[in-house]
Amino acid sequence: MSPSRQNLHHSLHSTMALPKTSYSVLSAFCTEENISQCIAYINQEVCSLGLTGVSLESKSGSLSAVPVLNLLYEVLQLQRRAQRALHELETQQLKNGSDLEHLQHSNCRLKDQLEHTRRDNSGLHEGERQLQLKIKTLQNWLKSEKEEVQKLQSIISSRATQYNHDTKRKERECTKLKERLNQLLMDKRDKKLSIEISNHVGRSDGKRGLWKTGKMEARHEGEMYKALLSDYETRQRSLMMENSELKKVLQHMKKDMITILSPKKPEPANDSLEQAVSECEEEIGDPSRETLEQSCEQAREQLTNSIRLQWRKLKSHMERLDSQASLVASQEREGEEMMSRKEHEEEMQRMRMELQQCKEFIHMQQQLLQQQLSSPCDEETAALLNDCYTLEEKERLKEEWRLFNEQKRNFERERKNFTEAAIRLGHERKAFEEDRAAWLKTQFLNMTPFVDRKRSALSDSALSVGTEPEAKLQSTPPLVTKSLFSTPKAASVKMPSTADLYRTLHLIPDSRGHGKCQSGEMSTKSRLRNCSTDCSVLSFVRDENSPI
Amino acid sequence: MNFSEVFKQSNQLCKVSPDGKYLATCVQYRLVVRDFNSLQIAHLYTCLDPVMHMEWSSDSLFILCAMYKRGLVQVWSLEQPDWHCKIDEGSIGLVSSRWSPDGRHVLNTTEFNLRVTVWSLCTKAVSYIKYPKACQKGVDFTADGRYMALAERRECKDYISVFVCDDWHLLRHFESETQDLAGLEWSPNCCVLAVWDNCLEYKLLLYSLDGRLLSSYSAYEWSLGIKSVAWSPSSQFLAVGSYDEKVRILNHITWKKITEFEHPATIINTKAVVFKEVEKRPVVGSEDLSIHQLTVDNSLFSTQSKYEITQLPAQVPVIKPDPDRANPKIGISALAFSADNRFLATKNGSFQVLSLFWHCSGSSLVLLSKEHICLCYVEAEEEK
Repeated sequence: MSPSRQNLHHSLHSTMALPKTSYSVLSAFCTEENISQCIAYINQEVCSLGLTGVSLESKSGSLSAVPVLNLLYEVLQLQRRAQRALHELETQQLKNGSDLEHLQHSNCRLKDQLEHTRRDNSGLHEGERQLQLKIKTLQNWLKSEKEEVQKLQSIISSRATQYNHDTKRKERECTKLKERLNQLLMDKRDKKLSIEISNHVGRSDGKRGLWKTGKMEARHEGEMYKALLSDYETRQRSLMMENSELKKVLQHMKKDMITILSPKKPEPANDSLEQAVSECEEEIGDPSRETLEQSCEQAREQLTNSIRLQWRKLKSHMERLDSQASLVASQEREGEEMMSRKEHEEEMQRMRMELQQCKEFIHMQQQLLQQQLSSPCDEETAALLNDCYTLEEKERLKEEWRLFNEQKRNFERERKNFTEAAIRLGHERKAFEEDRAAWLKTQFLNMTPFVDRKRSALSDSALSVGTEPEAKLQSTPPLVTKSLFSTPKAASVKMPSTADLYRTLHLIPDSRGHGKCQSGEMSTKSRLRNCSTDCSVLSFVRDENSPI
Repeated sequence: MNFSEVFKQSNQLCKVSPDGKYLATCVQYRLVVRDFNSLQIAHLYTCLDPVMHMEWSSDSLFILCAMYKRGLVQVWSLEQPDWHCKIDEGSIGLVSSRWSPDGRHVLNTTEFNLRVTVWSLCTKAVSYIKYPKACQKGVDFTADGRYMALAERRECKDYISVFVCDDWHLLRHFESETQDLAGLEWSPNCCVLAVWDNCLEYKLLLYSLDGRLLSSYSAYEWSLGIKSVAWSPSSQFLAVGSYDEKVRILNHITWKKITEFEHPATIINTKAVVFKEVEKRPVVGSEDLSIHQLTVDNSLFSTQSKYEITQLPAQVPVIKPDPDRANPKIGISALAFSADNRFLATKNGSFQVLSLFWHCSGSSLVLLSKEHICLCYVEAEEEK
């Protein structure tokens, strides 16, 4: 009890230490006057703490010690409890602090561990990936191996069938042999092999057969070697030709390459080139030293090496040009029309050709002009050359004249035919008219017995004087025919002119006064009617007959 | 186009003489020789047995008729019809018979390839060659007829013998580096002999006339190898067709491959022109068929075919052969160069073409199948 009392004392002291300073405040708090307020205030405080309050004794206004002591005790208890709680809280806090520290440490450790495990993980992933890859390759390899095995198996099987087939065949042959052998052993009579030939024929080449001697063998050997040698020689010749052609091609190529590269490259390259060229040309270009050429390994090697070098340079040059061209092309691609190199070159070629042509043309013109302007050497040539400009025209004129003459001849011929036809026509007409006249005569004779004789006389006279050009008869049809008949006579003498012909055919007005023999109307009628054909004339004649 | 009447023949034995004047056909055991232009029978010979093989001699004066069953060979002369010659191989039997290039010797291969007997029509001499090899092409004559190469097999090894055809003198005898020789062929210039191995191994050997090995070529291992070989007429190229459906061309200077041609099932090369045969059959209703029409109207059954150019890529029909059978029908089985060295015709796979060969002018190609014949005209571009 005493230590606790001491403790209490201590705690009281400790707690009292505070109140010691506050005691002075307490002394200020409670005085004789405000005891009841203090009590009320303390009651209030105590009530808020959950303790019973102290009542004021009404006696002398003094407090009874017992409730105050109880209160004090309770407050002390409270205080103790609070102290204990504080103590506990402090310890708790210490504990928490250490816990926190511990947790922080462990956190760091765990973070490190996590990092470590992550690294391990990635490493393991990597390893796994590689293993997967390996698995894949192994699987592929396995597949290929399987395929190969299958292939080999199929090959083996095919070979096996082939072997079996061959074996079977051989076995069959063997059995046949055995049978045959047996048969032969059994068979006593042995048929000897022989040839029956009625007479021996000559050899195909007509020569006699030769004995087999050593010389013959040697000859055969010789022939065989000759055949082989000739074959080798032909082959070698063809190869040599091919070789020389290829060399020529190489030389040309080299020359071309030199010309292409020389303007670009400076002297040092050229020197080496020329050196090589001169060396090679010395040794190779000379045809008389062809035999040496074969043995000049060095020269050949040099040639090929130099060509290779030049080719490489050319290639690099071309590549550079290509890159430049593409660069330029890409620059130009914005607005302008892009022409490919080929088109460009073609265009250039065309223009060059045009230029050439134009130049030639101009040159030719100049020459001609000069010729014209310059005086001729002598009079003869001048005379000859005089008409040279109109030569063409003259030729044309000649041609036209020729044509004209030809046409004229044709025309004459046609006219002749025409007149002949007209003559024939006249004859026919004459005949027809005669017939008609006869018919009419018979008609008249039948119709009018009175004027029979007269008419007949008339008609007779008409017929008799058929050819007379000027018969003065009135409106009788024979008159018409008479006048028409004038033409045949005239025509038989000579070829009438076209005008006469037309006149007689009444196609044009008659100037000789033929119209007298007829009445005007009739002549006009005939003129109107007669165009040019015989049929129309006859129809006219017939028409005149109708009223009769 | 005019057609002659149909003549009978047996065993597809129908050959024109080398000089082009006569046509010889065999009908069972009769040999009929006709004049080529008029098709009149010029000679008629009777053999002792049905003829299995018939061959003209190179100078068109003699005809050889071989009857394998009885082991007989009869030779007939055109100049003297009553001249006769009979070669009897006796009990040994006969497997094949052929003329020598000079037309005066007959080479008979006995049964089981025991030996080759050389009978001479000029002298009484008989020569024997032992151990000839029975293979795809074991004997070959040079183009000028001077040398003969024969494949032999002794003690499980292949040998090649070169004979001089003049007197059958053995010029060279050397071992061949093949496992199992399948064939040999002289180059047209008679100086190189191409020797190829069995299909189980891709190996092509080139020997010179005197027996030296010039070069060997092998494209790949293990798979089935060479199927056919052809020289170009100028001897500059050697075409090798193999089971992997490729043709490889070797050049004569280095004997190395200069190019190879593939035969893919889909043709996509823009420079290729593909001709496809299109058959047009007239459609016949079953009611229309009457006996009268069948006998009279042949055109009812004739099919007209014409060739159209198909668009690229063109698909070529491929029949997969049975892999379990030996000598499968895949690969290049026929090769032919045209005479002017410009074209090479190849046949790949199981097409029904039995043989192909060029016209001597090089302008047309003849394709023969079992029932049909087709001429392909090649347009040559004018070279200025």
